[in-house]
Amino acid sequence: MENEIMVGIGGAAGDGGASTADNLALTSARQGLHVYVYTSYQSLIRGGHSWIRLRLSTQMVNNVSDQVSAMIALNQDSMDRHLQELAPGGLCIYNGDKVKPGKAPEGVQLCPLPVFELAGKDALPIMQNTVGLGALTGLLGLEFASLSSVFEHTFKKKPQVVKANVDAAKAGYDFAVKTYKKISNPLGRTGAKLAMVHGNNMIALGAANAGCKVYCAYPMSPASGVLHWMGAHGPSLGICVRQVEDEIGVANMTIGAAQMGVRAMCATSGGGFALMTEAIGMASIMEIPVVMINVMRGGPSTGLPTKQEQGDLNQAIGASQGDFQRIIMAPASIADCYTSMEEAFNLAEKFQMPVLYLSDLLMSEGHMTLETSFLDREFKIDRGEMVFEDDGKGQSYYRYKDTPSGVSPRAIPGVPNHLYVSATDEHDEDGVTISDVYTDPVVRKRVVDKRERKMQGVLAALPKPKLEGPADADTTIVTYGSTWGVVSEAVERLNKEGIKCNHLSVKFLVPFQEKEVTEILKGKKNIIVVEMNKSGQFARHLRAETGIAATGHVRKYDGEPFEPKHVVNGIQECLKGQKLVETGSVEPGWRTPHPPGPGVLSTSSTH
Amino acid sequence: MATAVAATPRDAKLYKPEVPPDWCPGCGDYGVLTVLQRACGELGIPNEQLMVISGIGCSSNLPGFFKSYGMHSLHGRSLPVATGAKMANHEMTVIACGGDGDGYGIGQGHFIHAMRRNVNLTYIVMDNEIYGLTTGQTSPTSETGMKTKSTPHGNPEGQLNPIALALAAGCGFVARGFSGDINHLKSLYTQAIQYPGFALIDVFSPCVTFNKQNTFGWFKERVYKLEDKGHDAANWNAAMDRSKEWGAQIPIGLFYKNPNPKPSIDAADPALQGQGLAKAKKLGLAAEQRKKLIEEYV
Ligand SMILES: Cc1ncc(C[n+]2csc(CCOP(=O)(O)OP(=O)(O)O)c2C)c(N)n1
Ligand code: SF4
Ligand SMILES: [Mg+2]
Repeated sequence: MENEIMVGIGGAAGDGGASTADNLALTSARQGLHVYVYTSYQSLIRGGHSWIRLRLSTQMVNNVSDQVSAMIALNQDSMDRHLQELAPGGLCIYNGDKVKPGKAPEGVQLCPLPVFELAGKDALPIMQNTVGLGALTGLLGLEFASLSSVFEHTFKKKPQVVKANVDAAKAGYDFAVKTYKKISNPLGRTGAKLAMVHGNNMIALGAANAGCKVYCAYPMSPASGVLHWMGAHGPSLGICVRQVEDEIGVANMTIGAAQMGVRAMCATSGGGFALMTEAIGMASIMEIPVVMINVMRGGPSTGLPTKQEQGDLNQAIGASQGDFQRIIMAPASIADCYTSMEEAFNLAEKFQMPVLYLSDLLMSEGHMTLETSFLDREFKIDRGEMVFEDDGKGQSYYRYKDTPSGVSPRAIPGVPNHLYVSATDEHDEDGVTISDVYTDPVVRKRVVDKRERKMQGVLAALPKPKLEGPADADTTIVTYGSTWGVVSEAVERLNKEGIKCNHLSVKFLVPFQEKEVTEILKGKKNIIVVEMNKSGQFARHLRAETGIAATGHVRKYDGEPFEPKHVVNGIQECLKGQKLVETGSVEPGWRTPHPPGPGVLSTSSTH
Repeated sequence: MATAVAATPRDAKLYKPEVPPDWCPGCGDYGVLTVLQRACGELGIPNEQLMVISGIGCSSNLPGFFKSYGMHSLHGRSLPVATGAKMANHEMTVIACGGDGDGYGIGQGHFIHAMRRNVNLTYIVMDNEIYGLTTGQTSPTSETGMKTKSTPHGNPEGQLNPIALALAAGCGFVARGFSGDINHLKSLYTQAIQYPGFALIDVFSPCVTFNKQNTFGWFKERVYKLEDKGHDAANWNAAMDRSKEWGAQIPIGLFYKNPNPKPSIDAADPALQGQGLAKAKKLGLAAEQRKKLIEEYV
């Protein structure tokens, strides 16, 4: 695309690559450019290698794209790893005093900076990043004023630090513009007012906007960002935030809070989610609305704590004993992480059941810009049938009253004359257990039917799935969750290349909109499922729910997210008759074989 | 706390629901329940202001036999559930209860952390030194050498000391009662409910069906009251010393009550300074709050 540029920033953890990337992203966002950022990092606090890719564009973008054209190599390792990946017309910025250049690919400009001379001999080592960022700003044709305003904003209270950074950046900017060629397609400015966010703070902000009042968590990558946001903002927003001793405690505490009538939420990743599963059944049989987030990462077990996978669908589907009612939903993008919180809490409360919300590392830790006007909106709050005050009808109140919809009005504890005890044991309409002294197969059947009836109500309340792209195409790509962004782009490219296809992204996994999905897929010649796991969990689910077996499968499970090229190639292979394409990221620079090479210091890990 | 104002005492019968307890005749848990009904009556707590939350076990059936709001949750999880309930509505009086297996076995991690966290709730453990509901296996408080279904050759493991554990974990109110001494137990309950922090009452509540060793008679012969021996409940070290006594002489009563308790976690939480969170009429962010939060990302 003409109106965009892909940047890579490579360095060791602790080199300041992340803040350099943040500053570049903010600089771009301040001039109305959309940004999407994905960081491939290792589970290390210091050392190792982290490769941050930023896509800057005049339009909203939902994936990190295929190839980098401009890069800052913060250390030798990054130079050695990534120089060969740069696209023609690209450039590589590095500290000429420290880093030796490799052989640049055809059409790639090497841009060494005399950092000592530009920043001064006594400058802190971190200033090399600022000089580099200044140079990059100049060569990409971004406005220097945007960059300096970012420093002013970041170091508000320290004018000296602002000045040191602005001076160093300006030196880099001037030197680069004078010495090297600018890229051929500078991006300019748009009128958009943009916020730079990541999925975890969208989940947290969305929860707060939806009225979440109690948040519980135990730290676990890649979900901890939600806890950090809540920890920082909870006290001033009137949200009670507890870090609990383990995820069993987290789930139970969240459920205890929700029972009292607050909107309550917790978040974790697969391992923590496994510990929560007994409690999910409790929320289900007690009919307590809770929102439980699983930010998926590479599994099984500890797996890949800092890598991407959609591997916990099976776990979510089987996440408790017996036939337990729950909603399983997966947002499709970072923006959707925000708005889906509105839906999640409303569904949970209207139907009085747990909502299992599947995010993943790609969305939760991926950064992107969103229009501030998109974020600044009041959420609709629908709490369903609740009793907040003594309505004089207490005599005939049954907490688990068998109603046509299966939903029983929920009196919150504290209301006079509506007393009840909720039990994890099976219970009758009055909440009295029928598991011990009182046993009654007829009542058991009736209350199971009552709870299950709610699922019909949920189905009727869900928004209908929508097909994207040309409706008359006989090839449909089916996805769920975060693969939406990359697949949308791949589908667009394929259509441009004359391969007609469309895209169905499924948001609600349970209950499954069997009728609507079947209607959409009926008569399609090619149905190709693209998902990020080895065994095809989503394809199996689709088949179990609809009887529709996909004709082709594109899968990735190497820890790095799909890029459009993987999806495009995979779909093309499937259309040529291949049933299963297992694709991967094969860039040599992304691999770190053992034993650790020079500069790879493992001091502590993040998971 | 809802009980801070001196309320008019109420009849203990008001806390009896239609459903009668289903414990074995003679089970120690009857006493625990009756005394709780009397204590709540004495403190005059309205039924709807009480939230009684248990785990799973014979003893954990208690909320079903007590007229209030309640939850009969999962095995070992009464404390996190009760903590969540307290956070969501700190104006309610929250009482957690369950068995020795529930609290000191499967729920032991939550037990320690709930005390460290200092949630303002009362925790009653019906300690029968056995797993009753699952028909008589060894429990963390079973004596070493005790023969149970799972240890027919004698329990090879050590016996947990919940009193010492509670003291070490920073619990500000540590007491032990005996279901065979109703009036004494009632005074422990009323003190515990009024204590502004986490309060533990470990109650000897014999299982007449599966524990043939630690019977009512066995306890009657051994228990003595700390207050009769001039124990100073404000002295943590003295409490720790007393907690070690087990054998011919076993102390009951108040081991320790922190004379200068710090505010409980719910009292200190900035989000819980007004009315109970669950009572909020309008949910979601105010327009100004939302704008400010979004501005952080610009
Ligand atoms: C997760 C789980 N594991 C095991 C059980 C089975 N179980 C139910 S009650 C119980 C032990 C009860 O002992 P205790 O808590 O001392 O209560 P008591 O019956 O003695 O009053 C066990 C092991 C269960 N319900 N849930
Ligand atoms: S089995 Fe033991 S603990 Fe359970 S009810 Fe009977 S006597 Fe009580
Ligand atoms: Mg027991």
